[in-house]
Amino acid sequence: MSKQEFTVTVYTENQIGLLNRIAIMFSRRKINVESLNTSPSEVDGIHRFTIVINEVEDVVKKLVRQIEKQVEVLRAYYNTGEEIVWQELAMYKVPTDEIAEKVKVERLLREYGARAVVIRKDYTIFETTGHREETDKLISVLEPYGLIEFVRSARVAIIKASAGFHEKLKEFEENIPSEEVIENEFLNRKDEVFSM
Amino acid sequence: MSTTTAAPAQSTEEKKASTTTVSGSVAVLEAILAEGVNTIFGYPGGAIMPIYDALYDYQETLKHILVRHEQGGIHAAQGFARTSGNVGVVFATSGPGATNLVTGLADAMIDSTPVVAITGQVFAHLLGTDAFQETDVINITTPVTKWNYQVTDATEIPAVMAKAFYIARTGRPGPVLIDITKNAQLQKFEYEGYKKCEHIRSYRPKPIVRKEYVKQAAELINAAEKPFVLFGQGVILGKAEQEFKKFLEKSGIPAAATIMGLSSLPTDHPQHVGMLGMHGNYGPNVLTNECDVLIAIGMRFDDRVTGRLDKYAKQAKVIHLDIDPAEIDKNVKAEVPVWGDCKETLPMLTELIEPKVYPQWLQKFRDFEQQEQEQCIQPELHPASDILTMGEVIRVLNELTGGDAVVVTDVGQHQMVACRYAKFTQSRSNITSGGLGTMGFALPAAIGAKFGAPDRTVVAVIGDGGFQMTLQELGTIMQSGIDVKILILNNEFLGMVRQWQQLFHDKRYSFVDITSPDFVALAKAYYIDGQRISERAQLQAALKQMLDHKGSYLLEVKVGKENNVFPMVPQGCSVAEIRLK
Repeated sequence: MSKQEFTVTVYTENQIGLLNRIAIMFSRRKINVESLNTSPSEVDGIHRFTIVINEVEDVVKKLVRQIEKQVEVLRAYYNTGEEIVWQELAMYKVPTDEIAEKVKVERLLREYGARAVVIRKDYTIFETTGHREETDKLISVLEPYGLIEFVRSARVAIIKASAGFHEKLKEFEENIPSEEVIENEFLNRKDEVFSM
Repeated sequence: MSTTTAAPAQSTEEKKASTTTVSGSVAVLEAILAEGVNTIFGYPGGAIMPIYDALYDYQETLKHILVRHEQGGIHAAQGFARTSGNVGVVFATSGPGATNLVTGLADAMIDSTPVVAITGQVFAHLLGTDAFQETDVINITTPVTKWNYQVTDATEIPAVMAKAFYIARTGRPGPVLIDITKNAQLQKFEYEGYKKCEHIRSYRPKPIVRKEYVKQAAELINAAEKPFVLFGQGVILGKAEQEFKKFLEKSGIPAAATIMGLSSLPTDHPQHVGMLGMHGNYGPNVLTNECDVLIAIGMRFDDRVTGRLDKYAKQAKVIHLDIDPAEIDKNVKAEVPVWGDCKETLPMLTELIEPKVYPQWLQKFRDFEQQEQEQCIQPELHPASDILTMGEVIRVLNELTGGDAVVVTDVGQHQMVACRYAKFTQSRSNITSGGLGTMGFALPAAIGAKFGAPDRTVVAVIGDGGFQMTLQELGTIMQSGIDVKILILNNEFLGMVRQWQQLFHDKRYSFVDITSPDFVALAKAYYIDGQRISERAQLQAALKQMLDHKGSYLLEVKVGKENNVFPMVPQGCSVAEIRLK
């Protein structure tokens, strides 16, 4: 099994210290976190982590179970690139003179799906969203024109197969164990499930 | 302890009657009492003084044992939890007090021991300022706790304490640390009484039992010709000893224990074939690689149990019963994962299996045992030379206790020998540091074990190295007046490391030669009686004197310097490559 890129999505309580608790799960296994985003999810009071790592699937699977085991973690998932739709946001600060003289701004905007956020006399800030290669390409285009500053956000990703978290949360809030089935490769009969 | 005050005007009459004003410190102690814990191990200090001040008024209901080092405090809490089945509680102050808990937290984490540690912390307004005795305890202890939380406001205390006990004791148990700033300990608030925690939405203590897995497991077991049961501490933690015994006896399957599972099944049970692992028994290790169905119950396939993983039980279909889904497929791939509390899953499985016996298969274990008996056990328990062995000390101890004692072991050769040869008649009798291998564990853990099981004889079997790591706890024994039997097996070496240096490092004995003080004189300094022996003729009488002695006693036995523990699965070898010498 070779390493590949995985996006780990974690739903958690909004609790101080939880970022550390999750981050050390990766550092403990000496796994580098390529990108990490955390922000409130669509559900009030629930945070969503999106973490990108390069690892073999077997390790990721164990890791995600260990993350999910943490008391304040509600659910954790892992997905390959094909199973998600993802974006990163990038911002580029360039000198306005240079841009105005040497580049056709409209062409740039169109070609890279970029838009100007700020246009001042001294500098202009463009913003674009997309995959890493796309945002990288715009850097190389802008570099000859005196790119002053560049910043890129962490990845945010939507899981294609996900049905959202609202319903799941309701189950979690009930006092009785949920009927939730933990995926298992050995079994696909889900009709005989019962809880004790 | 507290005074009733007039409730705010907007409160209802009902509320007026039920609230009292208490300090955060009082709320902490009320929580401990409400959780049914009456013994606390601890050490005071600046940042936890308000709690100790409150404790002054609770001396009649809460027993506080003053330890000599916070590490001793947490190991004692672990020992208490392990024999009593309740949660162990330890108090420590901020900074060094809290950092001294780390080893014990890690030990409790890896051995799934329910412990609640309460640490004092500097005033909230001083957090992050490098205040006196300030340490970032929460971040230091995150990897070694099941849950931890910092309280800066007293009103949170009842709910946080309830959560702490709930998390520590449910599901797969573990240590929880609550760090309370001094202002929160002092702060007075309207206390509405203690409510136990019963549910946390982000925490599932038990996975749902899935009937079809149980069914599949039963099918595999019923079709098996050479099934083999491995049982771990999960049986004890789940208080499922009876359920396990019923399952085992109906199934007729031979069973071996992990070191942490020992004593959950009486040692002399006819289906008990011994211990697993690096220094476990011959048959269980070899036949792991011959069985057709491997049923693992409440154990986690530690590397000391499996040896080389890619050569471990490859021929077998594995059924894994565990409460922690993260353990399934972690080390050994399970054909059928039976998630859940084994107290629930075992009876379901017992119901579905056919009563069977495997006389030939069981005989195979006995045949291997015979070989082991001749080559390892006999020379260890009945040595031909004049030099005493650790094994014969344990043998005589068994004869005298009848296997009814709680045996607390430290880490090293004596631990392996004691766990191999000690007889157990009842559960919660084998207290050892299994996962972390913490030298210095035994003496303080034995203190806690005795408080957790006051009616039982507690024998701490300790090496000369490990004893010197936490011997300050003799002071705790002295002051609390507790009855702990201390049996030091002194081989004048750090024996296990020396054994490895002999076998794998060309006898280059690098810093394993350890000298000891006069242990008996040392005990005497703490007003603990004792004696030292080195002759076989003295052994029986000396052990009897130790056991019969009223109060604590230290017996030092001088044993052979360069004896080795065998059998042994060398590191990196398969369990089938276990060596008898």
